[in-house]
This record gives sequence, C-alpha cells and structure tokens, in this order.
Amino acid sequence: MMKSFRGGIHPNDSKSYTADKPVVTAPLPGKAIIPVQQHAGAPCAPIVAKGDLVKKGQLIATTDAFVSANVHASISGKVADIGEYPHPIFGTCTAIVIENDGQDEWVEGLPLKRDWQTLSADEVRKIIREAGIVGMGGATFPTHVKMAPPADKKIDVFILNAAECEPYLTADHRMMLEEGDRIVTGVKIMMKTLGVTKGIVGIEDNKKDSIEAMTKAFAGTGVDVVGLPTKYPQGAEKMLIAVLTGKEVPSGGLPMDVGAVVSNVGTAAAVCDAVTQGIPLIERVTTISGKAIKEPKNILVRVGTTFSDAIDFCGGFVSQPEKIILGGPMMGTAQSTIDLPIIKGTSGILAFAEGEANTGVESPCIRCGRCLDACPMGLNPSMLSILGERDLYHEAKEDYALLDCIECGSCVYTCPAKRNIVQYIKYCKAQSRAQSAAK
Amino acid sequence: MAEEKINKELFNVSISPHIRSKESISKIMWTVNITLLPAALFGAYYFGLNALMVMVVGVLSAVLFEYLVQKIRKKPITIADGSAVLTGLLLTMCLPPTLPPYMAAVGSFIAIVIAKHAMGGLGQNIFNPAHIGRAALMVSWPVAMTTWSSMTTSIDVVSAATPLNMLKQQGYGALIDTFGSAGNMYQAMFLGFRNGSIGETCTVLLILGGLFLIYKGYVNWQVPVIMIATVAVGTWAFGGLKEFGTLFSGDPIFHMMAGGLIIGAFFMATDMVTIPITKKGQIIFALGAGILTVLIRLKGGYPEGVCYAILLMNCLTPLIDRFVQPKKFGVRG
Repeated sequence: MMKSFRGGIHPNDSKSYTADKPVVTAPLPGKAIIPVQQHAGAPCAPIVAKGDLVKKGQLIATTDAFVSANVHASISGKVADIGEYPHPIFGTCTAIVIENDGQDEWVEGLPLKRDWQTLSADEVRKIIREAGIVGMGGATFPTHVKMAPPADKKIDVFILNAAECEPYLTADHRMMLEEGDRIVTGVKIMMKTLGVTKGIVGIEDNKKDSIEAMTKAFAGTGVDVVGLPTKYPQGAEKMLIAVLTGKEVPSGGLPMDVGAVVSNVGTAAAVCDAVTQGIPLIERVTTISGKAIKEPKNILVRVGTTFSDAIDFCGGFVSQPEKIILGGPMMGTAQSTIDLPIIKGTSGILAFAEGEANTGVESPCIRCGRCLDACPMGLNPSMLSILGERDLYHEAKEDYALLDCIECGSCVYTCPAKRNIVQYIKYCKAQSRAQSAAK
Repeated sequence: MAEEKINKELFNVSISPHIRSKESISKIMWTVNITLLPAALFGAYYFGLNALMVMVVGVLSAVLFEYLVQKIRKKPITIADGSAVLTGLLLTMCLPPTLPPYMAAVGSFIAIVIAKHAMGGLGQNIFNPAHIGRAALMVSWPVAMTTWSSMTTSIDVVSAATPLNMLKQQGYGALIDTFGSAGNMYQAMFLGFRNGSIGETCTVLLILGGLFLIYKGYVNWQVPVIMIATVAVGTWAFGGLKEFGTLFSGDPIFHMMAGGLIIGAFFMATDMVTIPITKKGQIIFALGAGILTVLIRLKGGYPEGVCYAILLMNCLTPLIDRFVQPKKFGVRG
C-alpha cells in the first residue's frame, strides 16, 4: 500500500449517484453567458461588440497579460449583450452573451489536423495559451503558465491529478474510462513540452475501473499509473506530490519548487484537443448531482450554459434544494442562484436536498484536537478559528501559519462543535490581505 | 423550467465545506457519561444510599446551576449536551460516600458557576471543573471530606480508612494486615471492594469505560497509559523508602489502583478542554501529572494527589500549547 499523507478525513464519497453513468452530451443552450474571466489571473477584455455574429471556437475576449486565459465563443450566433452578469466565483463579471443560431458552426479552419510530435515546446505553449486552457479541476490556473516554468526551476516529474477526492464528483472518473486516448496524448504533449521523462498518474483507489483503464491506456508510455489510498484531500496538489514523490512543497512555495508540475485529467484532454485539432476550451465534462437532482448525470456541456439549463437536462429538481454548490461539497462554493454560467473550472454542480448539507449549530471550541489530527498541512485550526473569531488575524498569520491553509475543510468536517473554521480562516486571510494592501 | 419551481430565497449560502461528520459535542459528552455509569452504579451499590444521593444531588444541581447561569447570562441553554451532567457525575464520583448530599450541591455550584461559567463557559475553563469543585470542598469541609465509610475486608477486618490513608499513617505492613495478604488487597482494589471516593474504587469498570473511550477516539491512549505508568515507576522507585530505606521497593500495583488514579487518568487527565490540544502536549501533561501525583503521595501532607496533580498541570496547559505545535507540512526541521 502507498504511503499516505498525514491527516485527512474519510467522508462518504457519494459518488454512486453518477459513477456508472457514461458522459452524455447536453443540448446546446439557447443562449450562452460567457464571462471574460474564468481563470486565476488577469481578466480578458471583449473583442467583439453587441450585434456581431460569432462562430464556435472564435476568440471573443483576450488580453496581453501573461497570467490569463483567452475566452472563445462556445456556440455560433449573435452577440446579444455584453454586460455585468452573475458569476459563480466573482459574484458578478463582464460576460458576453451569445444567442444561439442553431447552426453550431465552427470558426473557419477548425477543427484542423496537426501532428503534435513535430511541434516545438514553444509552439505548443503558444497553442495552449491561444486555446485558453486552464486547470479544470477547479483552481483554473492558466495551463500555459504551468508549461513555462522559470529557467531556474528544474522540472523532473509531471503528475496527472486523477485523484478526484471530492465526494460526489465523477467527471474525471468517467473521462478516464471513456477518453483514455485523449488523456494519454495530452499527458505526452505536456511531458514533452516540459522536457520531463518521468510521469505519474495518481488515482484514488475507490476508482478501480479507472486505474485499470488508465494502466491499459498508458501501457508502453513509461508513465506510471498509481492507485492511491482513498482519503480526502488526496487530490490537493501538495498532498498528491508528497505521496507520489516523497517531497513536500515548501511553505509558501509552488509544486515547481520540488520539480513537479501537476495537471488535471480534463485539462490533459483539453490540451490534446487544442494541440492536435486546434480546438479551444469551449466545453467540459461536469457532474450534476445531489439528492435534489432528479437524474444525476455526467454531462459534456458548453461553457456558458447556465446551471439552470444543465439542471433541466438532468430532469430538474425533485425537491426544494437547500444548497446549490459549484464544485465539490468540501471546497465548492454555495450559490444564491442557478442563473449562472458553467465556466471552464466547473467540475460539478450539486443541488443538496434538505438535510444533505448538515451544517449544524456552531458552539465554542472544546479543544478536542480532531482538527489538528485532520489537518493535512499540520496547522492548528482550532487556534486559527479562535483567533479569527477575535479578529486577531495578524497573530494568526505570524504565529499559526494562516497562509499555509489550503482551505480543504477537513477540520470543519471533523469538528464536533460544528465550528466554521474555514470561514474564519478565509476572513483572516482577507483581512490580512487588506492590511498589506493598505500599507 | 426548473427555476420556476424553486424558491431561491431558501438557498443556504454558507461557506465550504458543505458536508460534515455526525460527531457532536453532546455525542461525546453523553458517551463519556455512559462509560462512567458502570463504575458510578457500582459505587452506589457498594457504598449504599447516601452515595447514590450524593451523585443524584450533585448531577441534578450541576444541571440546574448550568441552566440558571445560562438564563442569567442570556445564553443558549445547553443542559441537554451532557457536559453539566458529566461535571456533576465526575465531581461526585470523587467525593466520599458519607458526605452530606447538600455539600455535593455546593461542589457543583463551584464547579459549574465558578470554574466553568465564570471562565466563559464550555470550552473556556482552564481548570477541570469537577476537580475544582472537589478541591473547594476539601478546604471548606476538611473533616467531612476525609471521613470514609467502614469497609470489611475479606478477612473480616473492619476499617474506616482508605488504603492510601492507612499507608500514610500506619505503613505498608498494617495495610497488608488489614487485607490479609497482598493478593487479597490487589483483588479488592481491582474489583472495587475498598474504601475510597464513591466512583474511584472499581478499577476494572473504570478501565473498561476508559478503553471504550479510546476505541471511540475520544481519548488518546497515551494519556492514561503514561500517567499511570509514571505513577507506577515513581512509587516503585521511591515508595518503599519509609520501611526499607532502599530504592525500587515500593508497591506499584497498589499505587496504580489506589486513590483516584484510574478515574483521574482515564477521565480527568483526558478532559479535552483542560489538557493540551496536541498529542505531544498531552504526553507532557500526563507525565507531569504522574510525577506530581507521586510527589504528593510520597512527600506531601495529603495521602492522595491525583486531583491536585491534574489541577496543577491544567495551569500549564496554555503554556504547553504555546510551545508544542504540530509539525507543519513543508517546513523542515
């Protein structure tokens, strides 16, 4: 058995709702709401105007900033509006609304056919950048930036993050079963671009079929497919690297500080599409699940499709949902509406029926120490929550490594006092950022 | 449309994570209460009606005082979470069986109102409330608190002293004479047929309760094991001085089962609120409590030292927590 990381929790994985359901293609939306920022980094600016006709795959928003990601039309049609629209991460964001003309017509020249083996690393980086590819696990960090580490950081291992440790989510699981070839090609492309020969695919062992499928798909490529003990947050980048390489990313550091680049399953498939066919990132596989959803599904859906459309495609609600979550139940974001677009990083949409969220009533910390046992980062969440409660964010940062927290939520999950530890930590981080900004 | 059927006003938008374990404070507290119950019931059976009355009055008054304090402080009433019951139960299990029951109520008042709520309520108290209650009764009614019922040993010797008292005042020889033999004595102490506080005597039931808490993960096994082992080693090494004047001639088996060590090590030195939060810190705590117990038993004026040893270590808990931190990920050395 693989050596595991310290801490972590074992929530019910609730994946059985959708684990056996093949990916189905969702119908095209009547209109697509496409935010100009769907990534970590600088927002793009629209380069189309209201009334313009756009084709599928056409660049509609871009920027010169390096840490950013281009935005493309996901359907063909008329630009109906450009304005502020609700956004699942930022609250609101400028979005380009495209009215579907029903043609689903590609922009000229796409898809093309290209032999990736003949391309240079820089050419691949350019293609990935132009295609607007971001980390599709949810963090949405632009992939071309990851593919271009600074010269002083020697990269010696590429890791495909296929842990999918968030309960409920099965998008990556299905992708591995159904899209093995694209994933393999994407991984090969990224490894060649980085100039590494060592590649590892890490999969939690609650997905035996995926491990089997990937082992078969990667046979002969030299890439190791490794089954990992199922424990949340196995898919957290730092935990995954530690388990697979034995190296701990230093506090405040990045994976490249230990010579690793980590990418997600969906991202690898998107890289394959972009490099071999010139297709930008305009659709993704996402899991629609939760007890309030009539028929939970894994769907292939265009960026800009609303939650509401996607949920309708899954039969709508069976009961009044108590909570709508973008992403998984451990780190996802609760939403106040379903009139929101699915974006590049939407790994799942969960509609929880009453009681499924199990929030509980917060009470004082009884210092039971479970959060310390659960924290994969070796922090003292109990103390951080108490300091947060008292607005002592400076002390939290200086004495209790506030900024090391990855907000995985293991502490909150395990807390018998139902304390909102992550909320206090996010609050402290925001206060601390505001204070540094004011200086 | 899906949208029309639902009411968005009802969406809960609290921050992640959105799922939580079923663990709760009341589940922990009631589990501890239940694990204590067998030893408490044994005490009631062995020592009789007054012992039962002391426990009933102590528990009910603890709950009542918690209710009143929370009412006065306009805080949510949490008497159902089992923590006040636990304080009352632990306190009275550490009181002599002949104590007038109203004194147990006074002890509960001190434990709940002063040691717990005056410190800020659940989770905020520095000292173990039950032990503060006991210590306060000890200085308020020293005679009542050191008057024990009569025990009849298996060889029909009647004594009104606890084994530790006998050891302190009459020596080890007299102690063995009372029970007939060391084997008889160990058996009586293991099964609980000896003088002492109401709930502290039945070693076997207390250990079984403690093991269940370890199994449930509510207690780190290191704490009771290290505390008891420290007392065993300390009393073995230094406990024989009076009679033999040599090292390593004490009776560790006697000392492990005597006084309140078993109940203290399993149920008081493991009280989450008042001990260090890290495992390493808890080990230091247990070691310190063990050493202080030995010191008080062998060198102090009192025959028994567990209560004070734990209270003294409670003082050090914030300091231990300050310096003993978990090992951070990504930080070398």
